[in-house]
Amino acid sequence: MNPIDQSGASGKNRQEHDQELAELKHLLRQSMPPLSADQLEPSTDLWPQLRARIDSQLSADRANSQSISKTHWAGMRVPWFDWALAALATAALLFFPGIIPALLYHF
Amino acid sequence: MDLLHRFVAGDLEAFEQLFRDHQRHVYAWIMRIVRNTATAEDLTVETFWRIYRSRTQFRPEGNFSAWAYRIATNVALDHLRRAHRETELPDNLLAPATPDPAASREARERIRSAFANLPPKYRLVATLALIEDAPYQEIAAAAGVSVALVKVRVFRATRLLRKQLRALSAEIGAQL
Repeated sequence: MNPIDQSGASGKNRQEHDQELAELKHLLRQSMPPLSADQLEPSTDLWPQLRARIDSQLSADRANSQSISKTHWAGMRVPWFDWALAALATAALLFFPGIIPALLYHF
Repeated sequence: MDLLHRFVAGDLEAFEQLFRDHQRHVYAWIMRIVRNTATAEDLTVETFWRIYRSRTQFRPEGNFSAWAYRIATNVALDHLRRAHRETELPDNLLAPATPDPAASREARERIRSAFANLPPKYRLVATLALIEDAPYQEIAAAAGVSVALVKVRVFRATRLLRKQLRALSAEIGAQL
């Protein structure tokens, strides 16, 4: 619905609005004329720019993921307490194999 | 596999084909909004970059062209927001095709300034509807809003411009 109709304005108001709109259009088009067909064509092929952007982003992503992966493994430090716990658990399983079914039952 | 399925799967050749099929329309649409060649080229590249990045969100059964126009409109609107009050329209685009003595250079400057001061979302619809004469349905589809909202924005843009240009209109009207 036209905003003029929504405001409940009369037909006279709508006529005034249409007239003002036409005048405004005329003024605007004098200052900023509609673009011609020539102006609506890109001056160069834009694909190389886009391709370069995609390639640089892809290589940056790849470098980033490699760096994250390297950092992940290189920076991985297992505290001595975890090693001790793992050793204790392994020893318990070796010396008391009877607990294996009980553990399996609980898991 | 058809072109759109290949594009969604990340096939660069399919994307290049889509780019070549649509770049002129997308560029023309952006150019009509921003009215600056270099900016329109940059924003066209930005539009297709966003399209490529969000390809997995596109359903191959959908309308690629409508989706591209929507993204292009958002990219152009983002630009207008960033450049609000800073955007300068190039003189070669401002010069009328047939010089009208009633519209002096000063008057054109004032109109241009009033137009540049419009809030970006109003400026977008005003450029397309009032200057480029784009149909409301086309603007609504590209901006992702209803036709009624486009009409409201055109109405408000008109009111804002009218307020700023009232004195100028009277002056030019008196001359005509």
